Amino acid sequence: MGARGWILRARVVAIGAVLTAMPTWLLAGGGEKQGKLVHVADTRNLKGINLYFADLYNTNRFLFTLEVVAITALMGLVLGLVMDWVVGRIGLDLSKREGKE
Amino acid sequence: MLDFLTVTLPISGVPVNIGLLVLLGVAVGVLGGFFGMGGAWMVTPALNIFGFPMPFAVGTDLCHMAGKSIISTRRHAKFGNVDMRLGLTMLAFDVVGIEIGARLVMFLERLGLAGPVIRWVYVIFLFLIAALVFYDYFKKRAMEKAAPSAGGDEGSAVRWHETLHKIKIPPIIRFDVAGVECSMWLPATVGLLVGILAGFLGIGGGLLMMPALVYLIGCPTYVAVGTDLFTVMIAGFYGAFTYGMKGRIEFLAVIFMLMGAAPGAQIGTIATKYIRGYGIRLIFGITVVCAMISVILKQMGLTAAATWMVMGAVSVLTVVVVVGMVQGAVREIRAKKS
Repeated sequence: MGARGWILRARVVAIGAVLTAMPTWLLAGGGEKQGKLVHVADTRNLKGINLYFADLYNTNRFLFTLEVVAITALMGLVLGLVMDWVVGRIGLDLSKREGKE
Repeated sequence: MLDFLTVTLPISGVPVNIGLLVLLGVAVGVLGGFFGMGGAWMVTPALNIFGFPMPFAVGTDLCHMAGKSIISTRRHAKFGNVDMRLGLTMLAFDVVGIEIGARLVMFLERLGLAGPVIRWVYVIFLFLIAALVFYDYFKKRAMEKAAPSAGGDEGSAVRWHETLHKIKIPPIIRFDVAGVECSMWLPATVGLLVGILAGFLGIGGGLLMMPALVYLIGCPTYVAVGTDLFTVMIAGFYGAFTYGMKGRIEFLAVIFMLMGAAPGAQIGTIATKYIRGYGIRLIFGITVVCAMISVILKQMGLTAAATWMVMGAVSVLTVVVVVGMVQGAVREIRAKKS
């Protein structure tokens, strides 16, 4: 087979590859557009702390996240201390456990 | 009835009964503190059943789990159940895995497949874990019957960890609290795989980490519970951060659930003081089966039946753990007085 034959064969392969891949590319392109899902909190009927967090959620996602994580940690710590105090009043020894499988 | 407790959540816009959120928090606190996990395998389907879209259920759950795990981990640390070195080794790789899993969820959400795919992967893993736990429990019982004098504290009947410990890729690390010496790459690999699944399923990892620590690493049940909670706590915070940035956390629900989880976590953690390790494993296996059935019912469109399954199972198991804790506490107080 001459050089012209190889070029012709390469063109056929290239066109075949493009046609085969096209549906995938088109689908992938469609997926990207559909992928921009943005959730917006409806603040019309909110007030007080709910309005504050919903506004923050809509306007500054990073600050919203930081505040949510920090408050969650703080609540866990404070509630844990309070419950420690309550359980300590009952008179149980909470410093050790009998290890038995 | 109790309509006055129904509020519309500010971010997702989902109407939900806050009494149910608090009760869910109590139950998950008790069972989570007892099994050493976040309890997402109950919370995520339950929130989904309450009407939360699946990504919101996952994100809200991870955030609540982080706060609740602080309470349980502090208590377990006081019992000497937390192997920090083991936990941190697994965690470094767990976090990478969670990010990979979370990205998979967002990808599936774009395709509109997040709900069903997550639920079916859930079912498969719940089934595998339950099968392993029951197999181990009944094998242990059979061993104890065959040799009653040896049926004490010698560890798991399933001993995969012994084979895995033979892989001596350096560095070899000694984990003192767990009483385990193995290649660092063993907990690292287990942590990465658990993280990928945890991020994908939104379950914080405890459900997978607890059996992985027992059967793959070789920890005693109590140390697995405590160490697991330590990793769940940090992984939960990372999960909360990444889902927060993706806008999939309903913070008001987190607050109500934490209020219930605080007393619950204390009760569940203290119950481990009185109930033996294999008792914990058996109750764990039963709970996993209940969770699996509820997810299947949900997938079949039987939402009401799934709701009853989750709430019924969680209620009964919570009562079992609370009764175990109260009985043990009464025994201890009487012994002190006599």
